[in-house]
Amino acid sequence: MRIWPVASAVAWRTLKNVFTNPALLFPSMIFPLFFFTAFAGGLSQVSQIPGFDFPPGYTAFQFCFVLIQSAAFGGVFTGFGIARDFESGFARRLLLAAPNRTGIVLGYALAALVRWTVTAIVLTVVALAVGMNVFGGTVDVVGMYTLALLVNLAGLLWSSGVAMRFRTIQAGPIMQMPVFLILFFAPVYVPLGLLSGWIETVATLNPLTYVLEAVRSMLAGDEVHVASAFVIAAGLVALFSIWSLRGLRKAEAAG
Amino acid sequence: MLSQVGAVARRSIVRTARQPAAVVFPLVFPMMLLLVNSGGLEASTQLPGFPTDSFVAFALAVPFIQGALFSTMNSGTDLARDIQTGFLNRLSLTSIRGTALIAGLLAGAVVLGLAQACFYIVVGRLVGVHFASGLPGIVALLLFAALISVAFGAIGLFLALRTGSGEAIQGLFPLLFVFLFLSSMNTPRNLIGVDWFQLVATVNPVSYLIECVRSLIITGWDGQALALGFGLALGIGLLSTTIATLALKDRLVRT
Amino acid sequence: MGTVEAMERPNSIEVEGLVREFKKGPRAVDGIELRVEPGEIYGFLGPNGAGKSTTVLMLTTLLPPTAGTARVGGYDVVREGPKVRSVIGAALQEAALDPMLTGRDHLRLQSTLQGIPRAERKARGQELLDRVGLSEAADRKVGGYSGGMKRRLDLALALVHRPRILFLDEPTTGLDPQSRSALWEEVSRLAREDGVTVFLTTQYLEEADVLADRVGIIDHGHIVAEGTPQSLKAEIGLPSVHATPAEEGDRQRLVSALAPYGESLDGGGRDVVVRLREGLAGLPSVVRAVDNAGLTLASLEIQAPSLDDVFLAKTGRSLEGAGEEESDAAETAA
Repeated sequence: MRIWPVASAVAWRTLKNVFTNPALLFPSMIFPLFFFTAFAGGLSQVSQIPGFDFPPGYTAFQFCFVLIQSAAFGGVFTGFGIARDFESGFARRLLLAAPNRTGIVLGYALAALVRWTVTAIVLTVVALAVGMNVFGGTVDVVGMYTLALLVNLAGLLWSSGVAMRFRTIQAGPIMQMPVFLILFFAPVYVPLGLLSGWIETVATLNPLTYVLEAVRSMLAGDEVHVASAFVIAAGLVALFSIWSLRGLRKAEAAG
Repeated sequence: MLSQVGAVARRSIVRTARQPAAVVFPLVFPMMLLLVNSGGLEASTQLPGFPTDSFVAFALAVPFIQGALFSTMNSGTDLARDIQTGFLNRLSLTSIRGTALIAGLLAGAVVLGLAQACFYIVVGRLVGVHFASGLPGIVALLLFAALISVAFGAIGLFLALRTGSGEAIQGLFPLLFVFLFLSSMNTPRNLIGVDWFQLVATVNPVSYLIECVRSLIITGWDGQALALGFGLALGIGLLSTTIATLALKDRLVRT
Repeated sequence: MGTVEAMERPNSIEVEGLVREFKKGPRAVDGIELRVEPGEIYGFLGPNGAGKSTTVLMLTTLLPPTAGTARVGGYDVVREGPKVRSVIGAALQEAALDPMLTGRDHLRLQSTLQGIPRAERKARGQELLDRVGLSEAADRKVGGYSGGMKRRLDLALALVHRPRILFLDEPTTGLDPQSRSALWEEVSRLAREDGVTVFLTTQYLEEADVLADRVGIIDHGHIVAEGTPQSLKAEIGLPSVHATPAEEGDRQRLVSALAPYGESLDGGGRDVVVRLREGLAGLPSVVRAVDNAGLTLASLEIQAPSLDDVFLAKTGRSLEGAGEEESDAAETAA
C-alpha cells in the first residue's frame, strides 16, 4: 500500500492543528527567538575573551546554536503532539484507519519539518534584521540548513519513539531532558577551544558538538569537519528511525 | 489564629513533600543549569573586570532566584487547584480570616524556600565555592531567601486568585523565565556589551536580587547591593501580599 | 435581636423572596420562600439547573443574594455571615478534598480551623472517623479513596464542630446503592438523635421520598410544590392497579370486573389499569371481584403516584428527563 496518501493526511492534520492553535504555535517560535536575544544580547562580551576567534561575530555565533536548538526542540514538540494523540485516543483511530502505518510516522516527520521551516525562516529574518553577518556562500548556507533539518528529523524520531512507547503526555520530560542536555553540553557560549575541565571532555564526546561547529564554520565560510557532521546527523536520523519504527510496533501491539 | 496559620502552613508543606516531582525539580533543575552554564562560561572569568575567577561562584546566586520563581508557580498552582476542587469553599466556611489563610500559605512557601536555599548552599560548598561573607553572610542569605519566597509566593497566590486556573499559571512560566534571563544572570551589568540589553538588565528588578545574593558570595558585605536587594524584595513583598489579600477578598465572596 | 431569635429558634431556616441573578443569563433563583423547622429534614428536589445549588450557596453564605432575605439558625446570611458559618456544616457538590492528604490530615486541619481546642482534636477526629466508617482508611491518602469514601469524609468534615444545621448538596450523586443507603442512615440518625436540621438537595426522587420529612420541588428558580412526600403525592392522585390476565382471551372480562372500582386507564397492551377510586382501601374489593369472576391473573401490581408524577403535574415535564434538557440547554448557551 502506498505510503504517501497516509503521510500527507497525517501531516496535513497535524499542521492544521498547530497553525490554528496559538498555544501550540507560539512557544516553538518564541523560545528560540528569546534565547537568541538573551544570549546574543547578554553575552556579546564573550567575543572579547582572548582566544575567541569567530569572524562573523557573536550574533552569528549564537544564531547557529539557536538554529540547531530550534530544530531539535521543534522535533520534540511534534513528539508531544504524538503523545497527546495517543492519550486522547486519536492515534488509535489513525492506526486503525491507515493502511500503511509507517506512513503515519512519516506524516508526523513531514509536519515537524514544515513547522520548523517556518520557525527557521522567522529566526533568519530576525537575525538578518539585527545585522548578522553571513560570510559563507550559497553552498554553505544550503549546507547549514540541511544539517539543521537533519537535526530536526532526529529530534522528531527520538521523541516519537518515546511517545509511542509511553503513549502519554506525562512522558514529556523524558522526551525533552536528553535533548536539552545534549544541546547544552555542546559549545553553546564559547567555541570548543575555550572550554576547559569536565565540560571540555563532555563536549568533545558529544556528537552534536561537531554538527554545531560545522554549521558555524559554514556560516563563517571556513568549512570545518562538514563531512563528519553530515555523517553524524545522518547516523542519528538512521538510529532514531529504527527507534521510532520499533516504537510504532510496540504501540500497535498494545492496541 | 496562630494555630490556624500553622495548620494551613503544615498542609502546604505536607502536600508538597508528598509530590516527589514538586520537590526534586526545583532542586535539580537550577543545579543542572548552573552546571551547564558555569562549564560553558568559565572562560568569561578571563574578561577584564570580571569580579571573580570562579564562574560557579558568580553564577551560584541564580538558583536562589530561580527557586523563588518556582515558589511562585507552586503556591499559585496549589491554590488554583484548591479553587477548582472547591477546597477553598471548605476553608472559607470556617472562621479562618483571609489574612490568616494567606499567612499560612506563605509560611509554607518560606519553609520550602529555606529548604531549597540550604540545598544550594551545601552544593555550592561541595563544589568549592567560598562564601566571602562567612557564616553571618549565610544567615543573611537565608533571611533573603525567606523574604523572596514570601514576595514571589504572594505573586503566585495573586495569580491563582485572579485566574482560578492552574493552566493559566503554568502558561506564565515562560514570562518569569524571561525576567530571569534578561538580567545580570550570566554577565555583570557593567560588562554587558549590547546597549539595549544592558538597559533592560538595569531596569529589571531581578538583576538586583541576583546581585544581592552574589555580593554575599563573592564580595562580602556590599552595602549598596544588600540595600538594593533587600529593599526591592521587601517592596515587592509588600505589594504582592497586599494585592493577594485584596484578590482573596474578591474571590471569597462570603458575607 | 439576632441573639434573642437565635435562642428562640436555634435550628431553623427561614427564606423570604430570595433571588439570585447572574450577570449574563436568567435568574438562577427567582424569589423562593421556604421555612425549615428545627430537627427537620428538608429535601430540595429538582432537575439540573433548577437553582438548587445556587440556593445552597446563598444559605451557606458563599454567595450573596441579589434580593430577599434568609435567616439560618436565627442569623441573617448577609449581615451575620460569620455567625451563620459557626452554626452550619456543609457538604457541597464537589467533594472538595485534597488528594495528597490523608483522611486524618483533613480532620486535623478542619478541627484546627474550626477552633476545636487542641486537647480535643485527636479524639474528635477519631470519633468522626469511626462514625462514618473510615477508621481503617484514615491514614491513606484521599486520592486513593472511592467516591463513597470521599463523600463520607466530606460528611465527617462537615460535622467537626457539631453544627446545628447541615447542608448537603446532592450528597449521593454517583454513589453505589450501598454507600447511598449508609449515608441515608447516618443523615436520618443525625436528625432523629442529635436534632440536627438537614437541608438536602437532590435530583433523586427516591432520596427525597425516603429521607425527607418535607420536600420542596424547584424548577427554573421557583418552588412549584411543597409538602410532605405523602401529601404531595396524595394531592396529585390516587394509586392505580395494573392487572395482567393469565389468558389473553380473558382481557375483556377483566376489564368488566374492575370497571366498578375506578377510572380505566390505558395500560398499553395486555395490562388492565384502573385508578382506584377509594385508594388502597379499595384493593380487597378488587381482589374479590377478580376471584368472583373466576379469572386467573398473571400479575397484579399497585402503583402509587410518584414525586415524578407530582413534578409532571406542576411543570408539564418529567423530572427524570428534565435534567438532561437543562444541561443540553446550558451547553448550547455556553
